[in-house]
This record gives sequence, C-alpha cells and structure tokens, in this order.
Amino acid sequence: MPSSYTNPDYPYVHSPDQDANDPVHHPVIIVGGGPAGLAAAMDLALQGIKTVVLDDNNTVSVGSRAICLAKRTLEICDRYGCGQAMLDKGVTWNLGKVYFGEEQIYEFNLLPEPDHKVPAFINLQQYYMEEYMVNRCLEMPEIELRWLHKVSRVSTDDSGATIVVETRDGEYRMTCDYLLVADGANSPIRTSLGLESKGQIFEDRFLIADIIMKADFPAERRFWFNAPFHPDQSTLLHKQADNVWRIDFQLGWDTDPEEEKKIENIRPRVEAMLGVDREWELEWASVYTFRCRKMDSFIHHRVFFIGDSAHQVSPFGARGANGALQSVENLGWKLAAVMQGRAPQSLLQTYDTERQHGARENILNSTRATDFMTPKNAVTRVFRDTVLDMSREYPFARALVNSGRLSRPCTYEDSPLNTADTGDFEPGMRPGSACTDAPVSGGNGSGWLLNHLGNHFSVMLKGEFGTARLKELQDSIASLANRDEHIEILRVDAPRGDSTGFVYLTDDKGLLAQRYDLGRSAVYLIRPDQHVAARWRELDPTAIAGALERAMGVEADVEQAA
Amino acid sequence: MSQLKLEPNFSDADAFYAALADIHRDRSPGESEQINARLILLLANQVGEQQILQQALDIAGRTTSEKRHDKR
Repeated sequence: MPSSYTNPDYPYVHSPDQDANDPVHHPVIIVGGGPAGLAAAMDLALQGIKTVVLDDNNTVSVGSRAICLAKRTLEICDRYGCGQAMLDKGVTWNLGKVYFGEEQIYEFNLLPEPDHKVPAFINLQQYYMEEYMVNRCLEMPEIELRWLHKVSRVSTDDSGATIVVETRDGEYRMTCDYLLVADGANSPIRTSLGLESKGQIFEDRFLIADIIMKADFPAERRFWFNAPFHPDQSTLLHKQADNVWRIDFQLGWDTDPEEEKKIENIRPRVEAMLGVDREWELEWASVYTFRCRKMDSFIHHRVFFIGDSAHQVSPFGARGANGALQSVENLGWKLAAVMQGRAPQSLLQTYDTERQHGARENILNSTRATDFMTPKNAVTRVFRDTVLDMSREYPFARALVNSGRLSRPCTYEDSPLNTADTGDFEPGMRPGSACTDAPVSGGNGSGWLLNHLGNHFSVMLKGEFGTARLKELQDSIASLANRDEHIEILRVDAPRGDSTGFVYLTDDKGLLAQRYDLGRSAVYLIRPDQHVAARWRELDPTAIAGALERAMGVEADVEQAA
Repeated sequence: MSQLKLEPNFSDADAFYAALADIHRDRSPGESEQINARLILLLANQVGEQQILQQALDIAGRTTSEKRHDKR
C-alpha cells in the first residue's frame, strides 16, 4: 500500500538493568508507549519524577487510529511542550455537513470562539501525535524509553510492584513504587491480574479506510445517515493531514471483517461514494467492533491503569485518546505530590473518584451517539429517521441528531478536592472545571492564561485587597511550601510593581474577567492540572490555605483516619 | 423542582382530541407511527425542561409495564 507516512524505527537498547543480579528499583515504571503512557511520562517529568517507559513495539501507532484531538488535549500537550507540533501539522475543519439519504439535511459551522490559543479540535493521525510525544520525551532527562521491552508478568502489593520483562536478550526483573499501566484496551496486564473492564459490546462493525486523495476536496466533515451509496448504514468522511481522508463505513454485524478489509471490496465502496473518476489510493484499512466499558477501580494496590486499559469508549465523539489524556493529567500531579511526601497517600484515591466520573461521562456520551446511529428496534428507528427528516426543516430537531458529541473536558462535580462556592459567581468556572483559556499580556509574555497555569498550584486574583492583606497572603503561601513550594500568585490588572513575588497579568480584552466572572473582585485557587479548586469574592489567606490542603487530600485523609 | 402538570391544562380539550383523531384518519399504521413520532418530538421541544420530560416518560413507561403485567 502507498504511504504518506513512514513509521520511525526506535532502537532496542540493552539496559544495564538486564545484567543486574538483583531486580533494579525505579520509582515509577510505565507500561505502554502510546498516548497515555507517553503523556504520563511527560507529566511526571515536569514534576521532577523519573520514569522508565516500556513498550513491546519499536514504533508509533501503525495506522491513523485516533484522529480527532480536542482542545483540552492540545492544551495538555502544550503544557508538556509538544502541542505546537500537533497544531502545526493538524487539520482544522469548521464546516460539518449532515446527509440523510440523497439530501443534505443541514450543515453547521463550528467557527472557533476567538481568543483561545488552540482551536476546538484538530484532525491529526495518531502516529503524528505519538511521534511528537516521543520527540518531546527524548528531550526530557527524567524519561527513559525502552522499546521492544515487553512486560510479561506483574505482581503488586501495597508497597510496590515487581515486573518481569521479556526482550531479545532474555528476561529481567524490575521493581517500582508505582506501576502505570497503559497497555491498551485489551490490557494483558489487567487480565493477568484477574481484573476486568466491564460494559457493553456493540453488535456492529465499522470499516475504516484511510485514502490519499490528491485532488481538491473541501476540508469539511461529512456524515451520512442511510447514504444512497451505502444504504441503511452510516458513513463518515473526515480530513487528516497529508491529504489523507478517513472514511468510516458502518457495516452491520453480519459481515466478515477479513473480507471487508480487502482492497477489492473496499474499492467499489469508495467509488460509489466519491465517483469512479476521482483519483485515490488506499493507505490503511481496518475493521473494528467497539465497546464502552471501564474498570470498577482504576487502582489495584500500586498498579494504576490509565487510558484505554482503564476505560474504553466507542469512537463517536472522540473520547478515547482525549479521555486518556485527561486521566493522565489528573494522576500526574497527585502521584508526584504523594511520592515527594507533600500529600497523603489518600490523594491518589481521588484519581479514581474523579476519573470514574470522567469515564462515566465519556461512556454515556459515546453510548448515546452509538444508539442514535444504530437504532436498537423498529420504534427507535422511526424516531431516529423522524429526527433526521424533521431536521431538514426545523432547527430544533438538529439538536437531537447525534453523530458524536465533541469531547469536552470533564468537570469534577462534587469532588472531595473541591471547596464549594460561597461567593456569588456564574457557574462556568465553578470548582472542578478545567480552566478555560484567555488572552493576557504581561507575565511570561506567552500571551495566554493557560501558559501561566499548571504543574503547581496557582492563586489568581483581581481586586483591591490592600498591601497588608497581600503580604498576609504571601506569608500564608510561604508556609504552604511543604505542600507545594512553587505556588504562584497571579494578579490580574493590578498596578505593576507595588510588591514583589507576584506575576502580573493584564486582561487587555476583558475576556479573562468575562470568562471567569472576575467582576470587581475575585480569587481563584487553581490545581496543577489547571482545574479550579476553589474561588471567592474576598481575599482570605486562611480560606486559601484550607482549600489548598483539601485539594491535596489532607482533609480526606483526616476523615479517613478518624 | 419543575412539575409535570397532571391537572387539565388544555385551552380546549375536546378540540385537541378531535384534531388528534383527525390527523390519524385514513392513515396507514406506518404513517400514524411517523405522525406520532413527529408530534412527540415537537411537543417535547416545546416542553424543553428535561425534569418534566422525564416525569412524563416515567408515567408513560409505567402504564405500558402495568398493562403488560395485567396480561400475564
């Protein structure tokens, strides 16, 4: 098959660990060099934690696989230092067209809201995403990547984990304090530990065909229900980088995946869709079924499951890789804080609490999209077709058309780490929310709020609080160094230089104030994963210290001990 | 919490019922099924509020299961 992409060959390297008499110990070992595993390594590196990443292969994703990177993913990758490469290579599309039978029933324009650093999403083949992540990992001295090192056995208890690794030079053992498992949806490690990911399997098959199309074709997403060229099933056409187009044909359950993958069977389907005159070449094809499922707990002693091994969704709505990165950013800072003795062990349990919530939300959304696309009985088919039919004429019905809902960051409602609002605020940036971006000047000169947040706690404030109160805040923050010694205080629209030790941001466009409902006076406490922990209208250093301790699981720990 | 109205709320109940019967007159079961689906979707959007819609769905679903139960 022709190819627009050549997979890199990462070298197998023999590690001194393989020759050690006793198993060598590492603080954190990560199994799996896909998006989740690589992201975890980068997140921990930014916290100063060394990791060893083991992968049973020696390259990035074979085939385009996950292609829609949502805004939050790009923001997380930007924090890791590999977001720009993705933005530069990715394809941005705004126009979506929905067809029912012969006719286009409506179109939507997802013109991005201006004044965010990254767009709502881009399309980019998974191999590019992974390649840019690997490149970034190679720049980080805390990360050691070991290709063609396959983990074959794992044992764990409450003090650590021991693993057996197979290589071309034979087996070796290692021990670690924490094992992060990102070995994919069918996670052999999960199975070997007798654990399960439970949920629903959908009795449907989809054919993915990636084709290279040289001729001009608009960069828009087209989705057909019951297309004339592919009756009774759905079809999706989506643009990727390098003139590669993703075509997704719903096949139904009674199809032979091996037959459908053959070029002689794919060609007539694509020709029926694009016309016989159009020039294209097939780059990659895959037939898949999908599941929506998750583990009851993502934590098993010292083994932490991240990404598809922990939670798996159908592809509609792009919540697989995007959900994985949100799980990783949730775990990274917590693990670092516990390992560095800055937070109680109980903080780690909130990785499970918060991300179970996220996984449930992703599974719910992806199941709903799947159910809309594949009606389960005659009546739901009538409703589905009626919705599509009515959406031609009546805008209200378009709200019900579901070919996948865009992945949005999960808000950790009711998390034990949140401090509930006491002030009068718009709900948008309530505690538990992922911070939204806004243009700013000053500070580090990056031009964006999100580039000033993350990796450590931040206090963002706007208002006239008086020098004495600000000094009190600084003293309070200094006394929290045992929790986080890098806490930054961001002052929005404050007269510059009236005190030292602050980061001064200017909200030139007033959008920061608008998006965070800053009003005349507001104080935000923001977690290292850029989620809001607490907010107030007044500046109360004692309240901030209390909220920070709560956000680090200190309160939960006291409750547990009691 | 918003409440589904279970007391009469029609401005003209008899007129509504007559019109409902009228649109189904001389229709095949398939057409009637589509008409009902259109009607449900239109009215659901008019109601809008999910809490109220859920109460209506609960009551509608309960009737069906009770009927099934009676048949056994």
